[in-house]
Amino acid sequence: MDILITGLLLGGTYALIAMGLNLQYGMARIMNLANGEMLVAGGFAAFWLYNAGQVSPLLTVFLVAPLAFALNWLIYRVMLLPLVRRAKSRGQLEVDSILATFGLSFVAVGLMLMAFGGDYFSYSYLARPVSFLGDTYALNRMVAFLAAVVICGALYLWLERSRAGMSIRAIAVAPESARLVGIDVPRLAAIAFALGGAVTAAGGALISSFLTLDASTGVVFTLKALIIVIMGGVGDVRGTIVAALLLGVMETFVAALIDPGLTLAAAYLLFILILLFRPQGLFGQRTT
Amino acid sequence: MTGQELRALILSTLALAAAAALPALGSSYWLTMGVTIAMYTVLATSWALFSGPTHYISLATAAFFGVGTYTTAIGIELLPYWTLLPIAAALGAVMAALVGFATLRLSGVYFVIFTLGLAEFVRQIITWVQNLTGQKGLYVLTDLTEKHIYWQLLGLAALVYLAGWLIARSRLGFALRIIGDDEEVARHVGIDTALAKIVLFMVPGAVAAVAGAMLAPRYIYIEPSLAFTPMLSFQVVIMALLGGTGRLWGAVVGVIPFTLLWEAISASFPNQTTLLLGVAFLVIVYLLPRGFVGLLEDARRRLGGGGW
Amino acid sequence: MAVPSSSTPVLSLRGATKRFGGLVAVNNLDFDVMEHQVMGLIGPNGSGKSTTLNLISGALRPSAGSILLRGAPITHLRAHAIARRGVARTFQLVRVLPSMTVLENIRAGAVFGHRRRWGHEADAFATQMAEKVGLAGKLAMRVSQLTYIDTKRVELARALASEPRVLLLDEWLAGLNPTELGEGIALVRRLRDEGRTILLVEHVMDAIRSLCDACVVMAAGAKIAEGTPDEVLSDPEVIRAYLGEEDA
Repeated sequence: MDILITGLLLGGTYALIAMGLNLQYGMARIMNLANGEMLVAGGFAAFWLYNAGQVSPLLTVFLVAPLAFALNWLIYRVMLLPLVRRAKSRGQLEVDSILATFGLSFVAVGLMLMAFGGDYFSYSYLARPVSFLGDTYALNRMVAFLAAVVICGALYLWLERSRAGMSIRAIAVAPESARLVGIDVPRLAAIAFALGGAVTAAGGALISSFLTLDASTGVVFTLKALIIVIMGGVGDVRGTIVAALLLGVMETFVAALIDPGLTLAAAYLLFILILLFRPQGLFGQRTT
Repeated sequence: MTGQELRALILSTLALAAAAALPALGSSYWLTMGVTIAMYTVLATSWALFSGPTHYISLATAAFFGVGTYTTAIGIELLPYWTLLPIAAALGAVMAALVGFATLRLSGVYFVIFTLGLAEFVRQIITWVQNLTGQKGLYVLTDLTEKHIYWQLLGLAALVYLAGWLIARSRLGFALRIIGDDEEVARHVGIDTALAKIVLFMVPGAVAAVAGAMLAPRYIYIEPSLAFTPMLSFQVVIMALLGGTGRLWGAVVGVIPFTLLWEAISASFPNQTTLLLGVAFLVIVYLLPRGFVGLLEDARRRLGGGGW
Repeated sequence: MAVPSSSTPVLSLRGATKRFGGLVAVNNLDFDVMEHQVMGLIGPNGSGKSTTLNLISGALRPSAGSILLRGAPITHLRAHAIARRGVARTFQLVRVLPSMTVLENIRAGAVFGHRRRWGHEADAFATQMAEKVGLAGKLAMRVSQLTYIDTKRVELARALASEPRVLLLDEWLAGLNPTELGEGIALVRRLRDEGRTILLVEHVMDAIRSLCDACVVMAAGAKIAEGTPDEVLSDPEVIRAYLGEEDA
């Protein structure tokens, strides 16, 4: 029981990160393999602010999110839009954006190594036990989970209800028709990409309150976020959340019952099963 | 055999003979560099055989390589060394076929992610098994020296070039050119595109595993984090793309300068190799989309005065 | 007709249906194409003609119903397997292989199609097909150097090079200027006179009248008429379907 809840708590934060990637891949159509580095950068900011001025990671979110938004917007306009424009086919854009974002990812790791060194970073924020349904859990995990729920919920409402949100969903489904009804596709794709980066960085700030990060862990989170997005269905918000919770629970089970060194292997096994049996995602319609 | 093919054959034989004479220089530094360059030539050329025509980016090199390394590490106690190389090749090919079966029917993004995770997956499993059995690593003790490893790798390189040449002349090679041009047309003229890609992917799988098996005696002590280093996959991608995947000889044009640059950077700025890797990716995408081969061909076209 | 039709259907559709989400693009379609027959598939834009060809060639999978080639089901085969059993096609928007010469483009059909050839045999047969469609002397050209009609000829020759049992032409005559159209119709007529089995989707009425032995008319995904071109084109329901399109 406590494994289940710990898993769900972890899954909630995963949902936030995967949601960021889903905005970038599902809506802006860029597979951003530097996503994990944005998360680590968010985590570093939280670490640094907490150590320098005891700033709560919850407050850091409000600082990190707009910064990450601006940075990702710039990355999209300066680096990725030219690739979108020169691509003759979807396949070519895919290859180009994979290579370019890999490049970005390594550059980001290199810069963070230069600035912070290769050490592990962790700090002790709200590291108190609390009891819930008869078991005890770390308070920081609960708080991070609640914050993730609030952010995910706000994002979901924004996508469902607001005009900009609906336009972004429109470009995800049918970019050509979206252009015809007067939606400025490059502008909205940039916003979706930037928003995705902001959400991921916020997730990083939250996750740093209970996980240890170092400059080169980003790729692990990228991999997990990708697995969640594909499992949940590209562009599917509800699917992403369910898949994230599933992954969180499964990892926690494997870590508790078999070996903590196998968490990524477990996630990967789940990924293989999805690819073999439901490549369109858990809730996706099978199309040809 | 046409005149052009004969010339290429003579040139490559001469190049191979010259490369084989490297140990005669007596410099252990250059012999070490020779091993590294030969290893990356083998890996990058076989990588490009698959990724050039299909445009799928494989990051599985480290996984195949590691499986090959472990084939030697585990098998050396039981079997003669020479029998381990074909075993490694078979294991690599089977693993590549399984990966291909799971992913090559799907879009390229799935393939990248899958291969990215593969090395880590195998590494975690092996570590876990070793923890269960209470082992940390394995010793590979042979009387093979650096020189022998170098010659073996050269032989493997010759095989890879031969395979590339044969594939280009085969039905499979023609099918791949069609797939590279237009996969929809390929399917509609009767090509089983998924099967063609799976068969082709078995080539780099087998080659990387054999390369790993050959290098195991050099490491002497094998542990998972050494055998499955993810950096290897990325370096291979960069070298192959830097050289250019359009020609069989393209990869080696990328391997030599990048290996020298990599050695220089890691000697003077050991912490900046990640940054170098990132910059190299960006250079390829934004400045050299067709690699050095593309540059050379453009230059030749300008000098030759048009035509294709 | 130069060659009499025999009574074995080469291609049969039985209840073929394709749904995209809630939209029914092809609805419960039945028809047969006989050996040596040239069958026209016509109808207003968006009536499901191209989707039908895509179902037959395996580009799309039917949601329901079956498709038979000489009595054997090909409904759930993938495109390459269907091609090997003898279905060859051209595409609505011309698809040639840009990095290859004319000869190599055509050879693709000869090497991998219904009858598989290799080496000199494939080259010889591809050359023969090139000559048949009027590309003699252009074999070594890159397809990027060709005129529009010549790229269409390349596609046709590639399809013929596989020696298909049935040839699917998806608006092969569309986009040609009047002179080219005359040449194009003459070319398809020669194929018909050779006794080939052809299913063509077409908008050009002159071509339909002069080429087709029979027509199936589709509207909104369903078959609304079938018969000789003269019969169906005077059918009131067909006229209504076409006029209705112009109103909209």
